[in-house]
Amino acid sequence: MAIADIHVTEETHSDGHEHHEEHHENFWTTYVFTLDHKMIGKQFLITGIVWALIGGLLSVIFRLQLGFPDMQLEWLRPILGEWITAEGKIDAEFYLALVTMHGTIMVFFVLTAGLSGTFSNFLIPLQIGARDMASGFMNMLSYWFFFVSSVVMLISLFIETGPASGGWVIYPPLSALPQAVNGSGLGMTLWLTSMALFIVSSLLGGINYITTVINLRTQGMSFSKLPLTIWAFFITAVIGLLSFPVLFSAALLLIFDRSFGTSFFLSDIYIGGEALPNQGGSPILFQHLFWFLGHPEVYIVLLPALGITSEVIATNARKPIFGYKAMVGSILFIAILSFIVWAHHMFVTGMNPFLGSIFMLLTLIIAVPSAVKVFNYLATLWKGNIRFTPAMLFSIGLVSFFISGGLTGIFLGNSAIDIQLHDTYFVVAHFHLVMGSASFFGLLAGVYHWFPKMYGRMMDAKLGYIHFWLTFVGVYMVFFPMHYIGIAGYPRRYYSFTNFDTFNTFSDLNMFVSIAAILTLGAQFIFLFNFFYSMYRGRKASANPWQSNTLEWTTPINPGHGNWPGKIPTVYRWPYDYSKPGAKEDFIPQTVPFSETPESNLPHENELIKLETDSDQKVVVVDEK
Amino acid sequence: MVKGSDKKVATTSNKVNGSLFMVFLFGAFGFFFWYSWVYFDDYTLPVASEHGVVTDTLFWTTMAVTGIVFLITNILLFWFSYKYQHKEGRTALFYPDNHKIEILWTVVPALVLTGLVFTGLRAWNDITSEASADAEVIEIMGYQFAWGVRYPGVKDNALGEYNYQMIDAVNQFGMDLSDKNSYDDFMPIEMHVPKGKEVLLKIRARDVLHSVFLPHFRVKMDAVPGMPTHFKFLPTKSTAEMRSELEDPEFDYFITCTEICGRGHFSMKMKLVVDEPADYEKWKAEQPTWLKLNPDYLTKVPEANQELAKIKSGLVEGDDNNLKASL
Repeated sequence: MAIADIHVTEETHSDGHEHHEEHHENFWTTYVFTLDHKMIGKQFLITGIVWALIGGLLSVIFRLQLGFPDMQLEWLRPILGEWITAEGKIDAEFYLALVTMHGTIMVFFVLTAGLSGTFSNFLIPLQIGARDMASGFMNMLSYWFFFVSSVVMLISLFIETGPASGGWVIYPPLSALPQAVNGSGLGMTLWLTSMALFIVSSLLGGINYITTVINLRTQGMSFSKLPLTIWAFFITAVIGLLSFPVLFSAALLLIFDRSFGTSFFLSDIYIGGEALPNQGGSPILFQHLFWFLGHPEVYIVLLPALGITSEVIATNARKPIFGYKAMVGSILFIAILSFIVWAHHMFVTGMNPFLGSIFMLLTLIIAVPSAVKVFNYLATLWKGNIRFTPAMLFSIGLVSFFISGGLTGIFLGNSAIDIQLHDTYFVVAHFHLVMGSASFFGLLAGVYHWFPKMYGRMMDAKLGYIHFWLTFVGVYMVFFPMHYIGIAGYPRRYYSFTNFDTFNTFSDLNMFVSIAAILTLGAQFIFLFNFFYSMYRGRKASANPWQSNTLEWTTPINPGHGNWPGKIPTVYRWPYDYSKPGAKEDFIPQTVPFSETPESNLPHENELIKLETDSDQKVVVVDEK
Repeated sequence: MVKGSDKKVATTSNKVNGSLFMVFLFGAFGFFFWYSWVYFDDYTLPVASEHGVVTDTLFWTTMAVTGIVFLITNILLFWFSYKYQHKEGRTALFYPDNHKIEILWTVVPALVLTGLVFTGLRAWNDITSEASADAEVIEIMGYQFAWGVRYPGVKDNALGEYNYQMIDAVNQFGMDLSDKNSYDDFMPIEMHVPKGKEVLLKIRARDVLHSVFLPHFRVKMDAVPGMPTHFKFLPTKSTAEMRSELEDPEFDYFITCTEICGRGHFSMKMKLVVDEPADYEKWKAEQPTWLKLNPDYLTKVPEANQELAKIKSGLVEGDDNNLKASL
């Protein structure tokens, strides 16, 4: 009863709101300071794409250095200016700035804001049956805080002393002392400012996602009927809400150490010919605080991609996702575990070895729900009737990356093995596959899958196939060889390996990786062309192009603010009734009541028919009030 | 671009994509096996420490377990994609769950992981246990952008106290010269360790984080300003032995840095020599003490200890004939 009440009030409120919008829409309220979750989602997407390009270009520049250490880079001087040394090489400090900014941009601006920001915003109201987010205004603020944060970070790329260059993990004392590296001057200040704004954006968004999922689900949309995308976005938002404030505190303390002479992270330092007065601080404290966000962040990045994949694979295999409850359970379990494994990044920091034992145990447990997810994806494909849409291809690619990158986590989570592999290219290979590429493929799968809902047109499928195969093969060519380089002991964040005889046997492989990286980045321009071209010239989409069950496909092809012109549809069944025996078609949307499908109902579903009419009556009762 | 429709599914593209997954499967695994086999010696480092053999075994055990899972799951993924590609008239199997199989594939990975965890834990506990009392103690300090090593000296076999506020351009370690133990400490330009004897590295940093990495000994530990760390290991192969094993007369062990520390991060290299125990003792005895090389710092030695400092440092001949060392 109580729930029905809320829905009715919400509906009337939103209806009025929509009415209001129709009269006052202009360029600013539609495209810039919009309150419509769909437009905000697109804003995040476009900004994310811009950042992905910048992040990708940065990586190509440092891959040039690693793959072709003797290359003459004088031709980059017009763009990079003083960062190219007199000998026509990349400056060693600029190299560090490049890897730092590549990491920061990709992790936070592309795979957090670009992924969660886009799809949580776009899909949550559409898939749960809501007119908009709980607070459209906060949602708008969330984007604009992200935008300002982006501007600050972008500016830091152009200042004279360069952007932050202590690695994306910004460990002090390196990040606290401008005399240690130039990037720790103004660049670091801007980095911290930008991240503080980013965290505000992320919290504003997260609170909204959580509130919306809990309160604004349409009639019949119980938690057990939520698509796995929504489960993933919901849990991701909870993780973000609990972990980002800790990064904020770490950043704040670092700001104090940098600017106000405190000693939270600094102690016993002699640098630049003088002994600093700071005593009693601990650099390890910062690492604990950082990784308390940093590790959950991995799942903030990955879970939405896994949610999108679940949805895309079920739809295109024309099969229910195997083990829905196990999928939800593993998301929850991963979310909980993600908070108690952070110190596996710190096995060799000098932390108490006993703590290392505990974190090793907890870390390896997380492999179990991850394995369950993989097996469930495989079981979903088994005996399916698979349609290889571009989204499906990217989802299958994601599963492959998740397997290949996830398994190497079992090496790194084992503290004894981690001694040798820590901070080598093995780690680089591991997280680029399991977190970077997997999440990136989730993002692309999402764009291909929901593009028709976003712009009312289809992206070109053939270009999508080409984009997929080049990217899929390219990503493996970039990151698979790094395992060998890592096993051989090559440390990461090295400007050059020419100083090391033992380390000098991989110049061919490094060249190969660099060429593959350039080709892979090149392939993304196929996507960019497809994306922008299809936005205006793509084939007009039909209402439900993928013959999917979820609610967003019941809206008009170009939904207005408010999503459904009339009443919000009621939900009767879970979203995965694909290829149900006896059914006329191989999909039954969530809005079809069991009373209309007697031919395909399972015994317990026939029981539910009675409840369908009951709940309708309830609505009537409320309406009469 | 405006061609096509949503209705037609069994297109050529669908078949091509399905087949490409098989092509990818064979191609990628072909490369994987070829490179892993042919270049094995290039990407594996010889091991020269006692615990390194243990962690290498763990590594390859894990490689075997995960390698099997890697092959099976990837094969299934691509094979299912190929085999179950869309066919007109076929309906997918409605198969939402199967609790038995779900429990099975939860429990089996859990058991396998338990096995890996406990072997890993045992190794980790051994590696991180207390060093034996007679271990060879050597201090290593990271700074931008090099390593410094300090030996306790042959007279007292104890490292002197230090204080970071006493660091200056010459006294790089910030040695406290009021401590008697510091007079015979010496800082060579390369590190030597004895074969077959436990070595305890006392690790610290002077400015920012660094990380001591001895690739061939499977040793890695961060150097943290303000928080000394340590790592013990037992070298099993001398430099000469490793040279003949690798058939490379130029080979040298080395120390490098694995924690980003600034512009010169990539260049923090120090040579490490593993000597036969007798050679090691001889080498140690030959090293001049720091105080002997920097006699100006005698002024920092308290008045009462001046004589002792001169003798221990080898500046003057003492009763325990150490002339040999000062040659």
